[in-house]
Amino acid sequence: MIWDWAFAFEILPVLGRAAIVTIEATLLGFVIAALLGLVLAVVRIAVPRTGWTISVLVELIRSTPLLIQIFFLYFVLPKFGIVLDAFTAGVLAIGIHYAAYCSEVYRAGFDNIHRGQWEASIALNLSSWTTFKDIIIPQAIPPIVPALGNYLVALFKETPLLSAIAVLELMQTAKIIGSETFRYTEPITLVGLFFLAMSLVSAALIRSLEGVLNRRAMR
Amino acid sequence: MGIRTLVGMLVAALAFIGVLATQEAYRLFLPGLLQGAVLTIEIALLGSLLAVVMGVLAALARMYGPAPLRWLATVYVEIFRGTSALVQLFWLFFVLPQFGVTLDAFPVAVLALGLNVGAYGSEVVRGAIQSVARGQWEAATALNMSRAQMLRRIILPQAFVAMIPPWGNLFIELLKSTALVSLITLSDLAFKAQQMNQNTFKTIPIFTLVLLMYLAMSLVLTIGMRLLERRASLGLARGRAA
Repeated sequence: MIWDWAFAFEILPVLGRAAIVTIEATLLGFVIAALLGLVLAVVRIAVPRTGWTISVLVELIRSTPLLIQIFFLYFVLPKFGIVLDAFTAGVLAIGIHYAAYCSEVYRAGFDNIHRGQWEASIALNLSSWTTFKDIIIPQAIPPIVPALGNYLVALFKETPLLSAIAVLELMQTAKIIGSETFRYTEPITLVGLFFLAMSLVSAALIRSLEGVLNRRAMR
Repeated sequence: MGIRTLVGMLVAALAFIGVLATQEAYRLFLPGLLQGAVLTIEIALLGSLLAVVMGVLAALARMYGPAPLRWLATVYVEIFRGTSALVQLFWLFFVLPQFGVTLDAFPVAVLALGLNVGAYGSEVVRGAIQSVARGQWEAATALNMSRAQMLRRIILPQAFVAMIPPWGNLFIELLKSTALVSLITLSDLAFKAQQMNQNTFKTIPIFTLVLLMYLAMSLVLTIGMRLLERRASLGLARGRAA
């Protein structure tokens, strides 16, 4: 028999617990990506001299595989005396990788702010901190929320890479179940279905969010 | 980023590899890593080829196909975009044999990556076809062309130009995803790196070289796509002016 329902139900609770780890890794990774990406984008504007360095850095991060970056943080940092456990190293790697992508999204958001907004802030003698905090960011963020949401989904789908450094997330748990029972069909298919369901739901959420934001922008 | 900066980065990356190669601690690993890089390139090329074929087929099926075909293409795109590449890879490698289809790791790698990126590519193709001005369709209709003729002679050549930059991004994604195939026992660049790391614990030289090699490959791809884009849009500009 190819598909065993009893076995599928038996492993469901174990996979459910692992799904929590996957979601934790996704959310933590995205918090790092969103904040670090914002910092990169703001520094780029606030200190124009850093522009070239930051674009090279972003290009470097985007041009190399996430898996290698995960290995790099996990295996190389201990050589410098920084020992991270697998989960921390993995989440950090995912966060930094997607920060590079997010910083470009923020940049597009900032580029879309009308010049007059900057000039008005200067005319009102606002500090650059206040300009960013109260004028630029509140206007720049809403239009790019859907783009950031897409990266959240993309990041979520990359979390199975953490299984390569033995983080007990969904994929790793499925693999362990598979190697213990010699049944790979149910665990891996269930993991696939979980990702499919979550992706479809979040895609629908992003679409409705986009609608709300567009309507607000119209007003 | 300008093409000059990209070329500069490529030269810098290759020069860096060259300088490191003069050091005994690094030279040691180069032959093995290069061997892995060859496999990485093979998988990336074949995967890209499959991705383009699947992308075009799925897009055309979704836009112009009869209902069952349209359905099939939609299911394909949603499944491959909705689950992660690694899950697809493992599914094809571990689960497919249960259904009596046993493939070697290499075809599984090409298949999984090609199908995965092809699903994203179908949206690119669809967007590019839709971006061709309506008047082009109308003019082709006025010239009494068949649907296939319109697509082949009028629409696709113009859509092609719009497709180049997003396909470039997808090829980079695919190249980077090839690192995943190390997890289904293929000895690509990432696999060689991990194997050498486990045997020698010379983590820093190995991973520095590997990162530089991936960087160089990505940059070659990016620069190549930029040049292609420049060439293709040159022709279009001339066509419009005439």
